[in-house]
Amino acid sequence: MTLTLALVQVLNGVQFGLILFLIAAGLTIVFGVMDFINLAHGVQYMVGAYLMAAFTVFTGSFWLGLLLSLPSALVIGLVLELLVFRHLYARDHLAHVLATFGVIIFLNQAVKLVFGPAPLSVPVPQAFAGAVTLAPGLLYPVYRLVIIAAGLLVGLLLYATVNHTRLGMLVRAGASNAPMVSALGVNISLLFTIVFGVGAMLAGFAGAMVAPILSVEPGMGDNVLILAFVVIVIGGIGSVRGAFIAAVLIGLTDTLGRFFAPTLLRAVLDPAAASQTGRAVAPMLIYILMAAVLFFRPTGLFPARR
Amino acid sequence: MNEIVDHGAAVTPRSQPSRLKQAALPLALFAVLALMPAAARFGASGYILALMTRTMILGLAAMSLDLLIGCGAMISFGHAAFLGIGAYAVGILSSHGIDDAFVQLAAALVVAGVFAFLTGAISLRTRGVYFIMITLAFGQMLYFLFTSLAAYGGDDGLSLSRSRVFGAAVLRNDLTLYYVAFAALLGCYLALRAVVASRFGRVLRGIKDNPVRMQAIGFAPYRYQLTAYVIAGMIAAVAGFLLANLSEFVSPAYVGWQRSGDLIFMIVLGGMGSLYGAILGAAAFTLLAEFLSGFTEYWGMIFGPVLIVVVLFARGGLASLGPNVGRSGR
Repeated sequence: MTLTLALVQVLNGVQFGLILFLIAAGLTIVFGVMDFINLAHGVQYMVGAYLMAAFTVFTGSFWLGLLLSLPSALVIGLVLELLVFRHLYARDHLAHVLATFGVIIFLNQAVKLVFGPAPLSVPVPQAFAGAVTLAPGLLYPVYRLVIIAAGLLVGLLLYATVNHTRLGMLVRAGASNAPMVSALGVNISLLFTIVFGVGAMLAGFAGAMVAPILSVEPGMGDNVLILAFVVIVIGGIGSVRGAFIAAVLIGLTDTLGRFFAPTLLRAVLDPAAASQTGRAVAPMLIYILMAAVLFFRPTGLFPARR
Repeated sequence: MNEIVDHGAAVTPRSQPSRLKQAALPLALFAVLALMPAAARFGASGYILALMTRTMILGLAAMSLDLLIGCGAMISFGHAAFLGIGAYAVGILSSHGIDDAFVQLAAALVVAGVFAFLTGAISLRTRGVYFIMITLAFGQMLYFLFTSLAAYGGDDGLSLSRSRVFGAAVLRNDLTLYYVAFAALLGCYLALRAVVASRFGRVLRGIKDNPVRMQAIGFAPYRYQLTAYVIAGMIAAVAGFLLANLSEFVSPAYVGWQRSGDLIFMIVLGGMGSLYGAILGAAAFTLLAEFLSGFTEYWGMIFGPVLIVVVLFARGGLASLGPNVGRSGR
């Protein structure tokens, strides 16, 4: 019983980690190639979820909704790039942080104005409804498995693109030395736009995928954004591989920590105090992990820039 | 050591404005703040008094952050953590019946100092973006700690009664609280000015301009930066102490990263590195937020773009609009 429960938690942790990876992948590439801190990446995830909610209601189909959400998320990302972000690339990090913070405030309110402050929900698609028995006594929702599969698939695609295509080569080169890439005659601003668009679309995709299992509400991107930053900082800025490993690590730490911390503490504390402290410690675990990683490796596990 | 005190103009001044001229804007600012309660008598005094007290408290917190960002090039995105420590020192102690202001303040200062020392010691090993993110992470860590403190209100926060001074409830009087906040602001401004103008401050600005060169001429940046980090954290804790007393309430929202973002915005709006610019920025911020939220429920839709426009177009901040425009931005 406890073992099955633990296995479910592991799967939940992996699923959460893969969602984080979808968000963090775009963030880390944008960060690595453009040296641009995009705090608004979290609201792009939120926008993806809202688009999904709107389009599934509008079309009545999950797939059509997804098909419409992705290009819309891309377009919104590119419009933001054109209007705001493009003017910030040459500025310092402080300017990035502040201006994108402004974008967050704007978009959080904008979705509230358009969709109302109440959380929206998106139905799980018929094909993936219900649960599947993975092992005797281990039931797991199909849709969460689909999220895991989608995350792994995108991970593979990104890996292939980054490591085995010309575009990926430029991205890797840009992450290690962007001015040099530019000096070698690559149209760096086009590269920036492509990278940015892909990042925005990945965040939107993550939002669209979680829309059926989370409530879609304003501010949903804010906490995820912080976690995504934790992921890319642990993984090493600019490294997709680092982001993948760190995302799964964070997903597992967070989920298992919340599950096990009270239980483990019960060994040394009385039950009431254990559950109290456990609940206090669990959300802090990932930040402690991050502090520990940065203490020993100040540039993350897999730094792209040497 | 009798050089002209260039009170923390972090951007190197091209022409040194006269001392009087340089002091004119902060002097006027503090004079206005000192006389504000008298003027407020004619209007809706309670409301304006509370708003101005709040402005000064946030100004104090922003000013301490200015020591880090404006003078030390340490972009901390977790400064609200110290505000929260100060506020929760009041909340937690008073919920246990300890309502003496000095005890609470001492607790706030000690905890903030220790927290700043520990987190600063780790954070300052990193630089650039990593520093921004690790300070953010420590801030969030504290945020989640406060939300999980079920005994002290958890997510919902905790109401409290104002601190007493040796058993006397003098802070209950809003006017007294206003002047206490004013005194704290003025005191910290003068102290920080002295810090920035001192040898310590010069080293700090040197590190901001070129850490490698400072190291080469024999300074260890780490120790100076860590000291500045602790000083800034403790001053922000004082602001937190005052904020809890003003609103008679503490909640994890004081610690959220949005609040840290607000503080950064205040100093950028006011002009970095001038210290008093932080007060101007805080005033502009609170008044703008207050005005817009009275105007529409969706004030963020105006506020966000204002922020973006300020970042894109107003580089020097409000402080550069004063008489000392000789200090041109880079």
